[in-house]
Amino acid sequence: MTVNISVTINGTTYQKDVEPRTLLVHFIRDTLGLTGTNIGCDTVQCGACTIHMDGMAIKSCATLAVQADGSQITTIEGLAKDGELHPMQQAFWDNHGLQCGYCTPGMIMAATKLVENNPGITEEEIRHGLEGNLCRCTGYANIVKSIKAAAQAMGGGA
Amino acid sequence: MYPSKFDYYRAGSVSEALSLMQQHEDAKLLAGGHSLVPVMNLRLATPPVLIDIGRIGDLKGISSVGGSVKIGPLTTHAMIEASADVPALMSQAASGIADPQVRNRGTIGGNIAHADPASDWPTVLTALGATINIAGSNGERSVGATDFFQGLFETSLEENEIITSISVPSHGEGTGSSYAKLFHPASGYAIVGAAAVITMSGGQCTGASVAVGGLTECATKAPSVEAALTGKALNEATIAAAADAVAGDLTGDILSDFQTSAAYRKAMVKVYVKRAVSAAAGI
Ligand SMILES: Cc1cc2nc3c(=O)[nH]c(=O)nc-3n(C[C@H](O)[C@H](O)[C@H](O)COP(=O)(O)OP(=O)(O)OC[C@H]3O[C@@H](n4cnc5c(N)ncnc54)[C@H](O)[C@@H]3O)c2cc1C
Ligand code: FES
Ligand code: FES
Repeated sequence: MTVNISVTINGTTYQKDVEPRTLLVHFIRDTLGLTGTNIGCDTVQCGACTIHMDGMAIKSCATLAVQADGSQITTIEGLAKDGELHPMQQAFWDNHGLQCGYCTPGMIMAATKLVENNPGITEEEIRHGLEGNLCRCTGYANIVKSIKAAAQAMGGGA
Repeated sequence: MYPSKFDYYRAGSVSEALSLMQQHEDAKLLAGGHSLVPVMNLRLATPPVLIDIGRIGDLKGISSVGGSVKIGPLTTHAMIEASADVPALMSQAASGIADPQVRNRGTIGGNIAHADPASDWPTVLTALGATINIAGSNGERSVGATDFFQGLFETSLEENEIITSISVPSHGEGTGSSYAKLFHPASGYAIVGAAAVITMSGGQCTGASVAVGGLTECATKAPSVEAALTGKALNEATIAAAADAVAGDLTGDILSDFQTSAAYRKAMVKVYVKRAVSAAAGI
């Protein structure tokens, strides 16, 4: 069985036939070739696959592509506007918020929503809010520092 | 990893979901998918058919009706976390479930139907005396939370039944509630969870409802603790003594795994009951 779905990703609408078992992360990476979104665990714990669906950060490895039918999605590729990095991307760059970079797309997608939903976010709230994103390299210190800097750049910040 | 093949149908209403369930034997309902899809990815579940109820608008949202709050099964943990209409321990418990991404997709109905012993809603709804409203091919019925949860991943849901709402009594004057959870450090699930709803009048406890979960096969009430609290002036000593009584309420096997022994969980449940009761009583 295949199901016809229509999903708008980073402003482009894609209409495709998918097998119902296709995970949203596989649809994004393999069907559409947007490989910025990573797969780190397959058990919904690492957050590398985090994207925005209808304005919310979600894990695309636990969501079926058919569940995303009709939705608006942003992936890491869609965050920069007119050749300018999003303030969160810039802050990760400036503050050395990554080492190998594998967790980074998911971290940035999760973090942009944390800050948008809570402009005056505190360090404790950042750490709590990143519970679903694992990094095996940085020890998190520079990730938290990056998000604090981005929160300021985005107009808030405690 | 990804699931084995299945057919997919989308239900636009509860009656459509019920008739799809009748047409397709062994079909599974799909809500947020955050319990079902992970177990399908691991091929621990291989349902031949999924019936997606995730778009049935009537099943999503929180409304106050008289002295109770009605919660649609598709209401996400994030919606409950943000709600001012639910009893305090519900938004508190919601904020401790997994992470923001999972809370944006996971639903309370899927959570209780899945009935993972380490999940939070069964314990919370048992303490609240919630009612689970269910529709099936034989009509509608309502079950109290204590009868709904029956064992490890086991509920009183029959085949071809769907949870249509959850009713929880609103707190009256003088009633406080709290949920205390010993988090599994990696997954965030409950190793032990304790929920308390306490009514105080003039420094005395006039009503207590306490439930524990995480360490037992399913959430259970703690009548010994409730009895030890009711009618007492609550202070640290009376609450600690009442919390110790939880040992007598733990029937059946105590869960253990390679990280957390049964003895550890039994020791911790007293601590977490004490914390939940103290916070609910404002002490
Ligand atoms: C990384 C991670 C961490 C988690 N941590 C926690 C935690 O700390 N605490 C906690 O409590 N939970 C936790 N969960 C579980 C999470 O809360 C799930 O979202 C929830 O258990 C299932 O809800 P769902 O909507 O995703 O259900 P689904 O996965 O869609 O469905 C689950 C089951 O319920 C059935 N079902 C769904 N809706 C209905 C209905 N209306 N009527 C009848 N049957 C129905 C389905 O057929 C299926 O069998 C975690 C999950 C993940 C992935
Ligand atoms: S790949 Fe989705 S959470 Fe790890
Ligand atoms: S930078 Fe390597 S996993 Fe985070």
